[in-house]
Amino acid sequence: MNTDLGTVSTLLVYGAMACYMIAMIAFAIDVSALGTGAAKDRRRRAAGIGMSLTWLAVVVLAAGTLLRGLAAGRVPWANMYEFTLMFTFFLTAIFLGIQRRRDIRYIGVGVTLLSLLALGLATAVLYVDADGVQPALDSYWLVIHVSVATFATGLFGVSALLSVLQLIKGRGRDGGSGASAGGVAATTGTQRGSDRPDAFTERPGAVSVSAAAAPSAVVDSAPAGAAPAGSRTGVLSRIVDALPAAADLERIAYRLNAVGFVAWTFTLVAGAIWAEHAWGRPWGWDPKETWTFVIWVIYAAYLHARVTTGWAANKFAYFALVGFMALLANFYIVNIFFNGRHSYSGL
Amino acid sequence: MSTYHPEGLKTAPDPGEQPPSSTPAGPRLGLRGWLRWMWRQLTSMRVALMLLLLLAAVALPGAFFPQRPVDPNGVIQYYRDHPETAEVLDSLHLFDVYSSPWFSAVYLLLFASLIGCIVPRTIAHARNLRAEPTRVPRRFSRFDVRSELRTGLSPAETERTLMAALGRRYVRRTGVEDRTTASGSQVQVRTISAERGRGRETGNVLFHLALVGLLVVTAWGQLVHYRGQIVVVEGRTFVNAPLDYDSFDTGAWFAGESVEPFRLRLDAFSSVFTDDAQPRDFTASVTLLTPDGAEREQDIRLNHPLETDSTRVYLSGNGYAPKVTITDAEGEVAFADSTMFLPSGDLFYTSNGVIMAPDANGGELQYGFSGVLLPTVLESPEGDPVGSVYPEALDPVMVLNLYTGDLGLDDGLPQNLYTLDTTNMEPVAETGPDGSQTPVQLVLRPGETVELPDGLGTITFDGLPRFAALDVRYDPSIPWMGVFAGMAFVSLMASLFLPRRRVWARIAPGPGGTTVVTAAALARGDDPGLRRELDRVLSPLGQMTKENS
Ligand code: HEM
Repeated sequence: MNTDLGTVSTLLVYGAMACYMIAMIAFAIDVSALGTGAAKDRRRRAAGIGMSLTWLAVVVLAAGTLLRGLAAGRVPWANMYEFTLMFTFFLTAIFLGIQRRRDIRYIGVGVTLLSLLALGLATAVLYVDADGVQPALDSYWLVIHVSVATFATGLFGVSALLSVLQLIKGRGRDGGSGASAGGVAATTGTQRGSDRPDAFTERPGAVSVSAAAAPSAVVDSAPAGAAPAGSRTGVLSRIVDALPAAADLERIAYRLNAVGFVAWTFTLVAGAIWAEHAWGRPWGWDPKETWTFVIWVIYAAYLHARVTTGWAANKFAYFALVGFMALLANFYIVNIFFNGRHSYSGL
Repeated sequence: MSTYHPEGLKTAPDPGEQPPSSTPAGPRLGLRGWLRWMWRQLTSMRVALMLLLLLAAVALPGAFFPQRPVDPNGVIQYYRDHPETAEVLDSLHLFDVYSSPWFSAVYLLLFASLIGCIVPRTIAHARNLRAEPTRVPRRFSRFDVRSELRTGLSPAETERTLMAALGRRYVRRTGVEDRTTASGSQVQVRTISAERGRGRETGNVLFHLALVGLLVVTAWGQLVHYRGQIVVVEGRTFVNAPLDYDSFDTGAWFAGESVEPFRLRLDAFSSVFTDDAQPRDFTASVTLLTPDGAEREQDIRLNHPLETDSTRVYLSGNGYAPKVTITDAEGEVAFADSTMFLPSGDLFYTSNGVIMAPDANGGELQYGFSGVLLPTVLESPEGDPVGSVYPEALDPVMVLNLYTGDLGLDDGLPQNLYTLDTTNMEPVAETGPDGSQTPVQLVLRPGETVELPDGLGTITFDGLPRFAALDVRYDPSIPWMGVFAGMAFVSLMASLFLPRRRVWARIAPGPGGTTVVTAAALARGDDPGLRRELDRVLSPLGQMTKENS
């Protein structure tokens, strides 16, 4: 237990937070520039700065997490504080990974904001000194189960941000019209860059977003079911116009959710194996186990909704968002307020 | 080729097939009609989806209320704290959600739906696996991914090249179409249709079947399992037999033969704590004695149960069991044994316990001691013990009060081992120098003997062995759960990530001795790599002339 390393680790986490903060501002400037009528294909200097700082943040955070592990003499994901470090790392790394293949800088604000909030909460509330673990957690299943859980959380997180964008983009499209307007051609062989006219980009004038909402609502608020405002003047609608097509956003979100679902399935199974070793039963409906199962079922429902006729893309995007909300509840609420055998929060 | 479509399943446009015919709902349905209608509804995607959501919803209450099977004390506590609502909640099965009728109804319906859905799908898919790929569709123009090119190779060579390029993953068939050109001459057009990724559907079917398997083996395990719990003091041996356990529960189909005839001796128990009393390791060193006379020594630790042929032994708790010898007023040994003291739950193992000597004075005047054990004592400046400061027994002290009278052990009522029933007992008091009466407090360190007041006898603190609480489990379904969970996991990946693709090509003689190839590809579900795949297959033929013309 090396306290010096622990201190440096904490400093690095603060450093990462500073990077996230500036990156978030840069991304916000980029998004709002769209609203002032900047050309869609202009050089996005602010977004570039945001990307560089996000890269810096993830490297600094990785270093901080690594030092944390060295300070504690074990893997750095054994309590809520460290879980948050890992989750934030994966969230950002997955965002950066996708960004290398296609442009999703629009969710940069969301990614950096979510990271900042998570780290802020972690350092302010969840922090515990780097130390060994209680014997119940001393198992290689900890290494497997928890690391995959953080990875899955990161995947679902990026996907949820994309779903929010998709809902904003697709809004005003499926006002009760069911599968036709909001529906994404999920099961046809269409691919990106094909010549099929895209229902989402080729019909100007049909996107309407409540002009009353604040600009930040673009990334971090799920649209309420408010009646769309008739006029489409203003900053927001221009921003919305510049976003990628809802169908594209949906498709990326789906792919992340699919991988996330597999990772979550693994988390569930590995958890059961561990519980069998540690507590003598694979499944006992402990609150944490119950929530994990419920989240799994919600995402299974999402996957089914996606192949069910008559379901619009918007509807199953809500499933994914509910799933992510349950995931956050499972972490922040269940760990702290529910009495179960998963009392590893260290609080 | 027949494909099974559950009601409401979105599928890719399939050029080789008729759309699934939906039976028009007749105006009058007989009983059978109704049953069939209900079955179709139950096995439809929409109802499956609803049931899944319902399952998520009904599973949640169990996370909010204490559940009797896991946390019976929590339920008792809830009754104490909220007597008015507890009754109501209990009648709604909110304290045993996972065996409640409504929870069972939802998952049984879901699995009925799943079986109704997956069995026909499995049969259809099994038939499909042997079928040839669909014929080449007449027109390629409706596919998003298609190409056209011209090559110098002959049609036969072109066909061979394409077949080689497709590779082993594709099942394919070739054909020949006769076509009349614009000039009226007959030409032969070679066709290739190829398909890969039937593993995707296989994965999907296997995944759902694995879920059914998981449910079945879990239910079976519940029926045949047993679980025994016992507390053993260092040096003692217990027998794996229902009567030897402190508590023993079994499933409905439990059979006596499943109880393996072994004995287990706790040789030693040790623990490791950090300087600030955080637990780091617990080890129970045991010897397993089997009827054939064999002995096996092993350590049981958290996360490392002992495994016998069919049984596992887990370490579930520990504490101290002070060993004392009590002599009575006649100088006879009334009691000489170790007694479990229950850790009170603080970090320092402050433990409470009761030592009973029913044989004292021939049973006429029985002794009961009640008190605390402090593994590492903290003393006040006056030298009075005030608490424990460390969980290991570095400087253990036992502080006891003495009661005499009738312990009430003979009336057959179950006794709580950790509290003294003092209804028929008197505390033994001491008269202070000022004449005041205070209950006697006996303070003992290991090895010490203390005289009991009023010539009642002596008590000796002989030693401080530890005890381990062990859980013995037999559940033969566990390996099977592993098998089905693994199968579910692998087939889920196949189902989500194996691309399912069809590739078609027409090879026609073109002008000037060239060959014209038109090709199209179709995927099931999202497939970002489809374009690349078609390009890959066509690449040995040279440059593309048109993409998606
Ligand atoms: C125990 C509850 C169930 C779970 C956890 C579950 C899980 C899943 C998952 C994860 C998938 C995704 C695979 C993919 O997208 O290819 C899937 C697909 C599917 N499920 Fe289920 N399922 C359940 C019950 C059902 C039921 C009751 C039905 C039938 C009504 C059903 C029919 C299907 C079908 C047809 C697909 C394939 C969709 C496609 O072809 O892409 N499932 N299921």
